[in-house]
Amino acid sequence: MRERRGETRRLPARLSVAAILAGAVVVHGGQVDPQDFAQVERGRYLAVVGDCASCHTVPGSGRPYAGGRAIETPFGNLVAPNITPDPETGIGSWSDGDFDAAVRRGRRPDGSRLYPAMPYNAYTKMSHDDVLALRAYLNTVPPVSNAVEANTLPFPYNLRSAMRVWDGLYFTEGEYQPDPRKSEEWNRGAYLVTGPAHCPACHTPKSVLGGDKADRLLQGSPLQGWFAPNITDENSTGLGRWTHEDLVLYLKTGHNRIAAATGPMAEVVELSSSQMTDGDLRAIATYLKSLPRLSHPPAPLDPRDPRMVAGQAIYRDQCSACHELDGQGSPQLFPSLAQSSVTRAQDPATLIRILLRGARSVATEAEPTAPGMPSYGGQLDDEQIAAVLTFIRNGWGSGASAVSPSAVAIARSRLASRSD
Amino acid sequence: MDAQGKLRYVVSRRLPNKDVVIVGLGWTGAIMAQELTEEGLEVVAIERGPWRDSPTDFPPTYMQDELRYRIRHELFLAPAQSTFTFRNKAEQTALPIRSWGAFMPGNGVGGAGVHWNGEIWRFLPSDFVLKTHLTQRYGAKFLPADMRIQDWGVTYDELEPHYDRFEYLCGASGTAGNIKGTIHEGGNPYEGPRSRPYPTPAQEQPFGYQLFAKAARELGYKPFPQPSANLSTAYQNPLGLRLGACTYCGFCEWFGCANYAKASPQTTLLPALVRKPNFSARTDCEVLRINTDASGKRATGVTFVDSSGQEWEQPAELVILAAFSLFNVQLLLHSGIGRPYDPISQTGVIGRNYTHQTVSTATGFFDHRKYNFNPFIASGAIGMCIDEFNGDNFDHGPHGFVGGGYVGHVQTGARPIETTPTPPGTPTWGAAWKQAVRENYLSTIKPGTGVHGSFYAYRDTYLDLDPTYKDRFGRPLMRMTIDLHDNEIKQNRFLTDKFAEIIQAMGAREVVKQYRTAPYDITAYQTTHVNGGAIMGTDPNTSALNRYLQSWDVPNLFVTGASAFPQNAGYNPTGTVGALAYWSAAAIRSQYLKRPGRPLDA
Repeated sequence: MRERRGETRRLPARLSVAAILAGAVVVHGGQVDPQDFAQVERGRYLAVVGDCASCHTVPGSGRPYAGGRAIETPFGNLVAPNITPDPETGIGSWSDGDFDAAVRRGRRPDGSRLYPAMPYNAYTKMSHDDVLALRAYLNTVPPVSNAVEANTLPFPYNLRSAMRVWDGLYFTEGEYQPDPRKSEEWNRGAYLVTGPAHCPACHTPKSVLGGDKADRLLQGSPLQGWFAPNITDENSTGLGRWTHEDLVLYLKTGHNRIAAATGPMAEVVELSSSQMTDGDLRAIATYLKSLPRLSHPPAPLDPRDPRMVAGQAIYRDQCSACHELDGQGSPQLFPSLAQSSVTRAQDPATLIRILLRGARSVATEAEPTAPGMPSYGGQLDDEQIAAVLTFIRNGWGSGASAVSPSAVAIARSRLASRSD
Repeated sequence: MDAQGKLRYVVSRRLPNKDVVIVGLGWTGAIMAQELTEEGLEVVAIERGPWRDSPTDFPPTYMQDELRYRIRHELFLAPAQSTFTFRNKAEQTALPIRSWGAFMPGNGVGGAGVHWNGEIWRFLPSDFVLKTHLTQRYGAKFLPADMRIQDWGVTYDELEPHYDRFEYLCGASGTAGNIKGTIHEGGNPYEGPRSRPYPTPAQEQPFGYQLFAKAARELGYKPFPQPSANLSTAYQNPLGLRLGACTYCGFCEWFGCANYAKASPQTTLLPALVRKPNFSARTDCEVLRINTDASGKRATGVTFVDSSGQEWEQPAELVILAAFSLFNVQLLLHSGIGRPYDPISQTGVIGRNYTHQTVSTATGFFDHRKYNFNPFIASGAIGMCIDEFNGDNFDHGPHGFVGGGYVGHVQTGARPIETTPTPPGTPTWGAAWKQAVRENYLSTIKPGTGVHGSFYAYRDTYLDLDPTYKDRFGRPLMRMTIDLHDNEIKQNRFLTDKFAEIIQAMGAREVVKQYRTAPYDITAYQTTHVNGGAIMGTDPNTSALNRYLQSWDVPNLFVTGASAFPQNAGYNPTGTVGALAYWSAAAIRSQYLKRPGRPLDA
C-alpha cells in the first residue's frame, strides 16, 4: 500500500528521468524557462539526487537552500552559501552561465575558484540541460535574505587561488560519456553515482590534499569521524554479499536484512536516496555491483587468540541479545554483523564510534522505526571495546585486522570534543 | 517560588487553537493521536512526564537494573509530584500515600505502556453484559446487596474488531482458542470468538510453565499460553514499525524493554506519529484542569503548567482525556465536569465504581535435587494459564459468590533482589536463610500473581477529593476509599485453592497459599489495574461516559482508559483499554466529526 502511494507521487519524476538521460547526450542550447513545468520538476529531482539540501539547508531551519550550514573538512570548516534566488545574498543576480560555471566548473561569477567541498568535480558530469533544469527549480524556491561568509578556513587554505593547483591535479571537466558496451541501466547508474549523486565525494579514498585517488574509486574513506565504507562489489569489505535488491532497499528505506543507515549516510537516505525513483536505485545498484573485487581479505584470527576469547565473551554478554549469537541480527531492525561490510572495513572508525557513542539509524516512510544502538562507552573500557570489535571482525568466517586498544583510546578522546 | 518555596505560577498565557488536545501520551493518548491525525486534524498531546525513547532511555547497557527501576521506581511517578490519600472505609480519615505500594502509577511518554508486563487479554463476552447476565442466570438476589455492577454499554462483538486492531498493532503472541466460533486445541476454549489468529505464535514456555500445563491437563483443565505482547518473533506492524523477538531476559515488569521486543507506544506508535506534521507533543507539562465555557457543557481546552511554573492555556475543539485511570478521575473532579459521586445518596457519577484486581498466589517449593526451573528465563507475559474459573465460565450457584479469574504459572522472572524464596520456618536472616535461598532459588514456582481475580464494584468503594491534603499546586488530593468485600474474598479463596492444587500436582514438596484478605492493604502490590471512577454505560445517572467514552455532560470531551471500566474482570486490562480506545476513535472518526460537539447516538 505504502509502496504504491510512493509510486504514484513520483510518477512525474519518473517521466523526467528519461529526459535526464536523453539530456546527457543531446547538444546544449536550452534555456531556463519558468513556464516549463517539466524542466522545473526535472530540476527538483536533480536537487534531490544531488542532495543539495544536505549542505545548503540548515536542518530544521525551515529555510530551504538559504545556506549557513558548516561543512566539516579535514582543512577546517566551510559554510554552505545561500542558493535561493535572493538577489543580494543568494544567487538571484547570477546569469545561467554563472550558475553553470559554479556547478560544473567550480568557478564563481568573479572567476575565482570554489572549494571542492562543492562537488563540482562530480557535477561536471551533468549536462548543460541538467544544470538549466536545476536552476529553473532553484528559481522557484522562496528567496531568503541570509548573507553567508562561506570561507572560514585557516591560512593558507583560505586562499582560493590555491585551488588552481588543486583543480589542476584533481579536476577533470566534462560531461558523462556513456559506455556503449554497457547497458542503458548501467550507464544511468554510472552517471548518477559519479555525477549528481556524487558518491565518490565521501566513498573514494582521498590524497593528503583531499583529492580523489582515481584508481581507488569508491573503495572507502574516513569522513567526519566515521568511515564511509567500500561500496564496490568487494566480498568482505564491500557490497559483495549484498544482492541488487538489498542495495535498492537500503537506499530506499535506510534498512535491509544486513545493514542500517546511520551517521552521514542516514542523512543521504533521508534527503536523497529515499526520494529517488526505483528505476534509478536499480541503476545505481547495477553500477555499484559491477565494480570489481580487487583485494583478498586476510584470514580470520585464531579463535584461541586471547583477544578473540575475551571479545566473544563480551559479545555474548552485551551484543547477542539483539545481534544474535550467530551475528545475523534481525532483518530491518538489528544489523547483521556477520554480513555487514562496515564490520570488516579496513578502517574500523565507524565500528569504534558506534560502540563508544551509540548511533541512531534513519527513519523513512517505509521503515519509520529508526532503531538505535546504545552507547557502550561508559560500560566497556578501551581494551574491552577493542576485543569485542576484533571478535566481530573475525568471528563468522571472515577476517579483518584486529582493533587495538590505542585506536579506541584515540577515538574516545577525539569523539569527546565532537558535538555530533 | 513563593515564600514557602512552593512553585507559584503566573497568569496563564494562551496558545494558538488546536483541533484536538490530548491529555497524556501513553497507550490511549498515542492511539487517539494516531487515529485523529489520520483525519487531518491538528493534534497536540500534553504529557506530565519526560519524553522517553527505547535506545536512549531503556538501553540494554543498564536497563536490567532491579535496584534502580524496581526498588527505587525510576520510571514511575514520584509521589512528591502527585499522590492520593487512602482509607478503607468512609468513617476513617484518609492519609496520603508517600511511597507507592498497592499499585504503581507510570509517568512520562508511553505511560504504563512502558513498564507493563505485556499480558494482552480480551475480556469474556459475558463480562460486558455482567449485570444482565448474572441476574438472568442466578437472579438478582444472588448478588450482594451493596454490589453495584453494571453492563458496559458495548458488547464483545462490537469490540472484537478493535481488540483485533490493538493486537495487530502490538504483534501479540498467542494461540487462538476460538476463531469465528470454531474451538482450536491449545488455545483458550472459553475466549470470545476472534476474527483471526494472533499475529505471532505464542512465546516458548520454559520447563516450569510446561510442567504446570501438564499438571493442569492431568487434572482435566485446558491450559493455554498466556497472550503476550512480548513477541515470540520479529514483527512489522501495520504502521510499518518493527519489533524484535523477546530474549526472555525477565525484566519486563517495572522496566522498559531494551530489545524492541515489548509492545509499547514507543515500539508500536510513536516513531510513526512523530513523522506527522499535524502532531506535536509537550512533555514535562502537567494539565491542571479542563476548561469549559460559561454553559459548562462545552470544553474549550486545557490549562497546564510547564516545568518553569508558567501556566498556559491550550484551546482546542475536542479534548481527549487519556491520562492514567486515576488521573482522569482526578482531572474531572478538579475541572468540575460531571457530578461527583455521593455514596450516601448514591447519586453522581465521577468517582463511582472504583475497583482494583483481586490477586493472590501460591508458591510451590520443589526438591532442589530433582527440579531446576531456571526461573530467570522469563518474560512479563510468559506462562500457562487456565480459564475454567474465570468470569461466569463455571456455575457459581453452589459457591455463593460471583466473578472469577484466570489462574496460571505466570512468573515474570527471578530478579535477584526480590526473588529469595524460602519455605515456612526458615529464619529471616543469617546462614540458615542464605542456605535456604541457595537451595530454593532454582526449584521454586513463585508465580507472583498466579490468581488473577475480578474485582466488582460496590456502593462504598469510590474516589472523591480529600478535604485536608493538597498537591503542589494547591489542588485537593484525590481520596480513595476502598476495601475488599466478602464476595471477592470468597472468590479468591476458591481460586487460590484450585491454583494450589495444580502446583501440588506438579510435584511440589510444599505449597504455600497466600490468600487475599481484608482489609485492602495499600502497601502490598496487587497489580496496577486500578479502574473505574469515570465509567461508561447507558444511563447518565449511573455513568460518566456514554458507550463511546464520550462525556454525558461535555460532549466534546472523551475519556479513555480503564477509568471507564464499570467493574474489573478477571484479566489484565490493557487489551481492553486498547480496544476501547480504538472503538472510541472509530466513533469519533465516523460519527462525531460529522457533527462535532453533539452527543453520539446510542
